[in-house]
Amino acid sequence: MTGESSTSPPEPSRRALIAFSWVWVGLPLAYGLYELVRKATQLFTG
Amino acid sequence: MPPAALAVHLSIGQAYAWSVFKPPLESALGLSGTQSALPFQLGIVMLGLSAAFGGTLVERRGPRWAMTVALICFSSGFLLSALGAATEQYWLIVFGYGFVGGIGLGIGYISPVSTLIKWFPDRPGMATGIAIMGFGGGALIASPWSAQMLESFGTDNVGIAYAFLVHGLTYAVFMMLGVLLVRVPPSVRPKADAPAVTAGPQVSARSAVRTPQFWLLWIVLCMNVTAGIGILEKAAPMITDFFADSSAPVSATAAAGFVALLSAANMAGRIGWSTTSDLIGRKNIYRVYLGVGALMYALIWSLGDSSKPLFVLAALVILSFYGGGFATVPAYLKDLFGTYQVGAIHGRLLTAWSTAGVLGPLIVNWVADRQEEAGKHGPSLYGVSLVVMIGLLAVGFVANELVRPVHPRHHEPAADAPVPTSEEAADDRREQHESA
Repeated sequence: MTGESSTSPPEPSRRALIAFSWVWVGLPLAYGLYELVRKATQLFTG
Repeated sequence: MPPAALAVHLSIGQAYAWSVFKPPLESALGLSGTQSALPFQLGIVMLGLSAAFGGTLVERRGPRWAMTVALICFSSGFLLSALGAATEQYWLIVFGYGFVGGIGLGIGYISPVSTLIKWFPDRPGMATGIAIMGFGGGALIASPWSAQMLESFGTDNVGIAYAFLVHGLTYAVFMMLGVLLVRVPPSVRPKADAPAVTAGPQVSARSAVRTPQFWLLWIVLCMNVTAGIGILEKAAPMITDFFADSSAPVSATAAAGFVALLSAANMAGRIGWSTTSDLIGRKNIYRVYLGVGALMYALIWSLGDSSKPLFVLAALVILSFYGGGFATVPAYLKDLFGTYQVGAIHGRLLTAWSTAGVLGPLIVNWVADRQEEAGKHGPSLYGVSLVVMIGLLAVGFVANELVRPVHPRHHEPAADAPVPTSEEAADDRREQHESA
């Protein structure tokens, strides 16, 4: 992920933490984007 | 590190969804529109001030300390507001959300910037683009979420108080991830095949504000943001007015869709254009933001109501440049002043945002009101505003052209090489311990 730490693959526990943290921020963002797309389509249908 | 930064920026980006609370507050506490906007306005002023004055402290104490302060202030702001709504004391909402929460906004906004640049020294535009995209994304999440909450709890003062309470607690938990995960990179020595973290000129925040480069960038950011707000502030009435006399007028629902599309462009521009700046250079990308931005405004002006798709396309490009301008500026600062105190310098530069936040709406609304009084309608209602925006972007373009490398007399002497923060030192010790 970084210039310094990319020399060796991360341990499984660290990989799980990275995955969890991306899900933590990704889920709310996906919800926001879904609502945005729903509203934006009104420009073409409304 | 990127999820840590996003956890903070997605939270504090809620500020741009404050308008959801305005109508319920107005009816529950008998406030005017101007009064109900006060917490947000004070919050943005405090954002600029706390980023400007707290930047050096953030550099000294490190990102974990900064994110903790941001968490405490931002959440406490909501909790104080909940108390204010429950007891019908509006001043407590203004103080809580605006003053206390606003400090959280400013410290939270700059907290990951310098660390991200240090983690990704060869791609600073992409790194800061991810975080600052989160600020745009925060409103996308909060806007429907807060609206649903008010629908469930009710829009009387008790319902609003519950909504504030849930916001405060949820954001505290959400931001905690950032506090726990954030980590400064180990202080690596420069490698032959990788750019060194401390390579290039290193300028302190105190010296930076004495250079013309800082003030030229201040003008660039202020003009770019003011021009973007020109569209954002009046987006819905603008598209409706523009095509009112055409064969295909725009309905209120479609105008709301247009506003949502602009938010998407704003967010996409933050990550997209900022990442592009790593490839084509910071000065060139601002030439695009300001030069092509001015051309897009000219296109809207010249086309009038003849083409709706082109109007929408030009507005989307302008908003993507608005977002890109925010996200690219930390990397521009890093190029000019180095990583030494880039977070603190960025904090001071954000006063340009506060200024633009006042200037932009003031210009656009004042001009639109005068044009309406003059009996104009349709596209001609916005003619003067569009010309003003083109002029502002031209000023920004010239300022960007005048940016040159910082004179060596402002550089930190080699003997005063950047000292690691307390967190950097602790991380270094932990790394040495783990590898022993």
